Amino acid sequence: MLQLLGRVPLAVVGELGDFALFTGQSLRSAVGSRKLGRRIVRALYEQGVRCLPVILIVGLFTGLVLGLQGFYVLSRYGSNGALGELVSLTLVRELGPVLAALMLVGQAGSALAAELGIQRNSEQIAALETMGASPHAYLIAPRLIAAVLSFPIQTAFFSLIAIEGGFLSGSLLMPLSGGVYWASVHRAVVPADVSECFLKAVVFGLLTTAICAHNGYNTHRRSRTTGARAVSASTTRAVVLSSIAVLAADYLITSLLVRS
Amino acid sequence: MTAALQAPAAELLLDVRGIHKSFGDQAVLAGVDLVVPRGSVVTVLGKSGTGKSVFLKCLAGIVTPDAGEIRFAGCVLDTGTPAARAEFRRRCSYLFQSNALFDSLTALENVALPLEQTTQVPNAEIRARCLEALRQLELERFKDRHPGELSGGMQKRLALARAIVTRPELVLFDEPTAGLDPLRRNSVFEMIAKYQRQFGFTAVLVTHDVPEALAVSDRIALLDSGRIRFQGTPGEFQSSEDAGVHAFRDSAAALHEAIAAVRRGEAPAGEDFL
Repeated sequence: MLQLLGRVPLAVVGELGDFALFTGQSLRSAVGSRKLGRRIVRALYEQGVRCLPVILIVGLFTGLVLGLQGFYVLSRYGSNGALGELVSLTLVRELGPVLAALMLVGQAGSALAAELGIQRNSEQIAALETMGASPHAYLIAPRLIAAVLSFPIQTAFFSLIAIEGGFLSGSLLMPLSGGVYWASVHRAVVPADVSECFLKAVVFGLLTTAICAHNGYNTHRRSRTTGARAVSASTTRAVVLSSIAVLAADYLITSLLVRS
Repeated sequence: MTAALQAPAAELLLDVRGIHKSFGDQAVLAGVDLVVPRGSVVTVLGKSGTGKSVFLKCLAGIVTPDAGEIRFAGCVLDTGTPAARAEFRRRCSYLFQSNALFDSLTALENVALPLEQTTQVPNAEIRARCLEALRQLELERFKDRHPGELSGGMQKRLALARAIVTRPELVLFDEPTAGLDPLRRNSVFEMIAKYQRQFGFTAVLVTHDVPEALAVSDRIALLDSGRIRFQGTPGEFQSSEDAGVHAFRDSAAALHEAIAAVRRGEAPAGEDFL
């Protein structure tokens, strides 16, 4: 029992250290890597463009639901006119970055973990090592840089379409003037809110992509399983850990910004 | 068998002494010694699970040995130092059993990968060298195809093109004919012999195919119980009286005898089946 109590924290600290080294080594390896730009563009397409339909659909429905629920709650207090404020601040400061990140983890993050796991199993990563090439520079660094670039853009699209969804609910399904809604949005959102939104998006992008890459890259170190099951296990682990990390980091950033 | 451990007169490209490697409690390599003369083809034979691939990965630096010394071109190879490892990898290529080609890249991009990622050669020269390698391996027409669109033999040639495009001194082949039918197997060995002569690299092969290995190799080594049980020329292998060599060399005849015994209703000779 005592051994177990000691082993678990040690394993967690060891894993965190390994993860930090992995991320640091990947970012450092980008310096001077040839044709990095081409690989970043490819990663931007995979992590950005291909995920955009999901982001837009989920964003629209989030805004629609938020508009309906917000209108219902605010009408109890006779404050229907504040719907734009409620929807826009909720989305820009909180739900936009979090939900967009969770969607991107589900689509791009899981794909990245599975791809790296298969590349590990099929010895493509070992092949890079035997060539003397850095797998970190070739496979991981472009993904991390692309995530830092694409997550804020995806989050912006998510928040904008969701605010539009809130307008559709409030003004087309419910009896709220469109002018009142947009005036409320305009009054509520200040540059600091947008900065918080983009800060969260950058942190979530780096964090979740690094977690997914770390799990996929180390598929062979999952000693309990091998082959396809190891890829499946590392992909599941990547998605679960990334989702937890998004919510934990969101709490940390929010509490730091609120206090300051 | 021990007589064959003596170094040949030719210059040694690779001199391996006392390599040990264990995984947990299981000792896979228990003091492997091997000499590889420059410009030769050396084949390491052995039963499945005797650590042939682990040994090859130790040579390539993918697996770090627990003990022992590897000398490459007269210099001790310290696989623990990144600079030394990078220098060795620049001069050595590894052909994986699975080919380990990148599915998302075309044939040309696959061949260009080591030059792009490990050298400062200009892009135009990289393209010219890759096209030349593809032409020499009769793959130029397929330069824009992805590995999944090529046959097994073509994938093997593509992997060889990627291995030789950096002009290595040493190419390590990990079971290059695994899973191939006899005709394709012969083609792969012919390809190794042809291009080894053409490009002048030194080759170390790991395989189970005794007749083909005898035909293509300058030297043969037999790995057994974590050690090199025999090493010498194909002629010495053929005439060796060592029991292990005898069992491996005459496996086909032994199989005929065992099958005949089974058909006669006699009990098997006592050898385990796997």
